[in-house]
Amino acid sequence: MKKTFVGRPVVPGEVTAPCVVSHGGFNTLASFQKSLLAKSKNAVCGDQNNADLYNKPLTGQALCLPQTIGSTTGGLVLHTACSMGVAPAAMLFSEPIDSLAAAGAILADVWTEHSMPTVDNLGQDFLDTVKDGMTITVAADGTVTVEG
Amino acid sequence: MGTAMETRTKMTLTPEETEILNGSQGEVMAKILKTLVMYGETFGADKLVPVSGPGHLVTSFGISVMSATFDVMDELIAAGVKAKFPFTVDPRPLDFENVPCSLLQNVVFRVMYGKQKYYEDQLTKLGLKSADSFTCTCYMPEVGNQPKRGDILSWSESSAVVYANSVLGARCNRNSAFMDLFGAIVGKVPNFDLLTDEGRKARWVIEVKTSQKPEAQVLGSAIGLKVMEAVPYIRGLDVFLGGELNDEAKAYLKDMGAASASNGAVGLYHVAGLTPEAAELGDALIADGARTYVIDDAELKRVKDSYPVIWENPDARPKLCFIGCPHLSLSQLEEWTERVEAGLKASGASRLTIKTVLTAAPAVLEEFKKTPYFSRLRATGARLSYICPLMYMNNPMCKTLPVITNSNKLRTYTSSRYYTSDEITALICGGTK
Repeated sequence: MKKTFVGRPVVPGEVTAPCVVSHGGFNTLASFQKSLLAKSKNAVCGDQNNADLYNKPLTGQALCLPQTIGSTTGGLVLHTACSMGVAPAAMLFSEPIDSLAAAGAILADVWTEHSMPTVDNLGQDFLDTVKDGMTITVAADGTVTVEG
Repeated sequence: MGTAMETRTKMTLTPEETEILNGSQGEVMAKILKTLVMYGETFGADKLVPVSGPGHLVTSFGISVMSATFDVMDELIAAGVKAKFPFTVDPRPLDFENVPCSLLQNVVFRVMYGKQKYYEDQLTKLGLKSADSFTCTCYMPEVGNQPKRGDILSWSESSAVVYANSVLGARCNRNSAFMDLFGAIVGKVPNFDLLTDEGRKARWVIEVKTSQKPEAQVLGSAIGLKVMEAVPYIRGLDVFLGGELNDEAKAYLKDMGAASASNGAVGLYHVAGLTPEAAELGDALIADGARTYVIDDAELKRVKDSYPVIWENPDARPKLCFIGCPHLSLSQLEEWTERVEAGLKASGASRLTIKTVLTAAPAVLEEFKKTPYFSRLRATGARLSYICPLMYMNNPMCKTLPVITNSNKLRTYTSSRYYTSDEITALICGGTK
């Protein structure tokens, strides 16, 4: 199966990576807090309330989600994860991006050497299509190809 | 890293802003403005608008792992930039004097927050209001960072933003850490979403149909989980809260809003007949096509029962209780004094049977100490602190403790277990929940 979706590149970039999927809101602080504090080289989701992602890997994954939720430290958490090299390979939003995730992606792009490709507005069909472990290719123009 | 120079923008910038973007005030100011412009353009902002007063920052903790944050702060300081108005910051992560702490926990805290003093020095250089300006409830009158209706803010801290928007009628987006500081330095923020009339319209109508006043922390949780970042218009709550924004109503809305902002991403809610914009504009605040969510007793129970318990031993006896996330108001401290006195009387105990810490802003605690309630509360064995309970619970040595709380925000981010205020009262006073 191969399917293509077109979204809006919030932070343009190119990457190919396996994906993990959160069907509910992704709580950035709750998800990364434990791994960042432990200085883990491979962050895993620590959000007990996220049944889709709890204990699954985040580092190097194309993270597919509707939006992020929770604390306004969210942008700083993503900025920190990018600077430590443990961020997702990309963040791919089915909905319009929220202000905290946008801040994190932009902060990483402007203030670090570790930009994280970020695309939003990919639509509900995208979130219904992607499954954990599928391979995702992101193009700089916001085209997202799902294979698996 | 992208370069800020020669950046083209879709936002309409003033000639001065364009010059800054192109480096007239140095590379760091150009990067700051570029960040704000990228942020604004992502959300269709048309321009930058001036902030009305002091900022509020969410990042209050000098965790050693945040070296990227300290580097950016150093970059700002070296460039000589500073906030336009003195700002307030979220609570400190440490209070060895008032919060229970074992020797091992103490050692871990000192390592974990080893950069706290360094970070606070950085904050001071960038415009921190005072050494006592650490609280998540900066809007309390005792603290003094209290915006008025229509003010434009560059704030973060989800519970403070939702309170300022909803209860005070100020205008602020759910800004992230660093966006808060950058807006405070430039003195301007991008004009979008909750800064606009259209962005403040409700996409959800919440019908509260409970048999009694709902627990604020559970009601807010239910709303946040349902609407995520949309604006809700809440009907049926004024029946329980009355039509006046008195201290009791404000405290209720503070806690409800914090739960909605942490369990979801609510930045603004309207309460029919009560909050400023709803009282004036009523149903005109509801957008066409708004969806409806009915909350009754069964729905609140469903939401509360869905909270996972992640203690190693779910039947463990609680060792510590936190009350005050977000920080308590003066009237809440007085109310809790009466609560625990009544609870102890009912149980027959003379002092609290679980170590209990009530948290509030330093300035609120100072005022509380002047009241007769202070000695009464201390006599129960309760402790008072300015700490951030969430930061306390970050300590791996604390995560294994069976901690209870009436804060849905604290529950969301830590291993602490949620109970309603009535249940908490019974537990800490030696009764059963």
